[in-house]
Amino acid sequence: MSDLSVDLGFLKLKNPILAASGTFGYGLEFEPFLDLNRLGGFVVKGLYYGPREGNPPPRLVETPSGLINAIGLQGIGVEAFIAKVLPKLQALDTAVIVNVCGASEEEYVRVVEALDAEEGIAACEINISCPNVNKDGACPAFSPESTRAVVREVKRASRRPVIVKLSPNVTNIVEIALAAQEAGADAIALVNTFLAMAIDVETRRPKLGNVLGGLSGPAIKPIALRMVYQVASRVKVPVIGMGGIWSGADVLEFMIAGARAVQVGTANLVDPDACLRILGEVEDFCRRKGIERLEDIIATVKT
Amino acid sequence: MFKDPEARIVGKESWGDYFLLTFDSPAVSALARPGQFLMIKVSDEPYPLLRRPLGIHSRKDKTLGVFFKVAGIGTALLARKTPGETLDLLGPLGKGFNIDPCLAGKPVLAVGGGRGIAPLYFLAWELRALGASIKILYGGRTQADLPLADKLRAEGFDFACSTDDGTVGRRGLVTELMEDEIKAGGGSPPALVCACGPDPMLQAVALIARDKRLPAELSLESRMGCGFGACWGCVQRIRRDGKAEWIKICEDGPVFPAESVVWEKESP
Repeated sequence: MSDLSVDLGFLKLKNPILAASGTFGYGLEFEPFLDLNRLGGFVVKGLYYGPREGNPPPRLVETPSGLINAIGLQGIGVEAFIAKVLPKLQALDTAVIVNVCGASEEEYVRVVEALDAEEGIAACEINISCPNVNKDGACPAFSPESTRAVVREVKRASRRPVIVKLSPNVTNIVEIALAAQEAGADAIALVNTFLAMAIDVETRRPKLGNVLGGLSGPAIKPIALRMVYQVASRVKVPVIGMGGIWSGADVLEFMIAGARAVQVGTANLVDPDACLRILGEVEDFCRRKGIERLEDIIATVKT
Repeated sequence: MFKDPEARIVGKESWGDYFLLTFDSPAVSALARPGQFLMIKVSDEPYPLLRRPLGIHSRKDKTLGVFFKVAGIGTALLARKTPGETLDLLGPLGKGFNIDPCLAGKPVLAVGGGRGIAPLYFLAWELRALGASIKILYGGRTQADLPLADKLRAEGFDFACSTDDGTVGRRGLVTELMEDEIKAGGGSPPALVCACGPDPMLQAVALIARDKRLPAELSLESRMGCGFGACWGCVQRIRRDGKAEWIKICEDGPVFPAESVVWEKESP
């Protein structure tokens, strides 16, 4: 039996598979379909301080091997999360990571401070990269300066490790990752979705209520992998890779490129037990290749 | 709710673009209620990516049926499946029609537009078993859109139909048929109206129900991401306690009280 655990330094995971924020609800939605305790962990849907309305429908468009979404971070807010959801998650034996959103630096800090008083949270993932809440997909992760500003404030406020989730919609992803690291990020997660669009040719209307959305799914995997490789080659903090992971082979690709852990996103929507299928495929690979410690394959790409 | 990765197809019927697949799925079948739906995988590969939501059309012993119209690549792939093959499905999902035992002996009107007849067939059988007096109104553009008409008649359901072009039944909309029916019913109005079909039809049903003060439940159609409340991709404006919010169709619906649905273009 191979050792599948991975160590992020601040957090040891029983295996490298995390379910990605926005595709896994608050975790509980998946209980009918899988044993949450078998996951490396999961990242709950992004939380602002208060409840959030989200965007008008249509919110989803299917594209070849991809999905464009413009949900707009509809959600219950951190107070309702703490009161109604967190007590149920505290009973789990897996890493629960909370995705933190904010319309301003102050709001990120307020959410983190509210969570700081609670137990049962392994880390905060700071969402500075949602493409669906501002005009033209703008977000703090678009520039090193605004990345640094949010991360610095959150780090100052939080007693917990901070994972910073980056946007792929930038010219130089390494520059942004280095800015996050410099501001104190404990880990870098990438990538969020690619800013995208689809048009109905009959009506000439955008297929999404929000006009623009974020593309995820296997369609984006090669670009996400390239970005993870570039960032992991340059930063010292652990990198959590994601973007279109659909199989065990995809997980291994991200890890060989330098990711210490991965997140599975869109696949969860199609197969609520996708994380466990993928985990099984990683296990099979290790057995077949005689790999005793999965960590040994991290950043071993032969270039 | 469950994932049944291997529901074996035991029957297939087709009428032009319309298909009926029946399959063995004992665990899902045991829990299924009219108005609930299944998320069915249409491809083993990630294209098309998403499962397709289909209302449960029928239940017999341990089998379930789905009735659908080929409307795109997903349903076209599903229509190629044959008996002996298996379906990978999640279900039963969502909240169905509110079948109150006190409907026994009372008149209930089921109004279906096109493929919207799908969940009403299951509903009609359950209501019949309960002892309600069910009448089905079935409308479509043309006769080819009413493939289940003969079956409904043969099974002894009180039934009327309409077509836009008058090829069969009353010429006009199914909601006009609904108005005729309520008028003809006179002193004994339906105790419940249940409807499924395209949004404009449902909006018209809601309007008639409001005017006549009839309780009505609408089963909304929507594209969905996951089907079980995780992605927040399928939402409808729903008014509750005086406040309108985006509510998940897959989890809180797909059946909603007609008066709670807030339409994009409000009724007069």
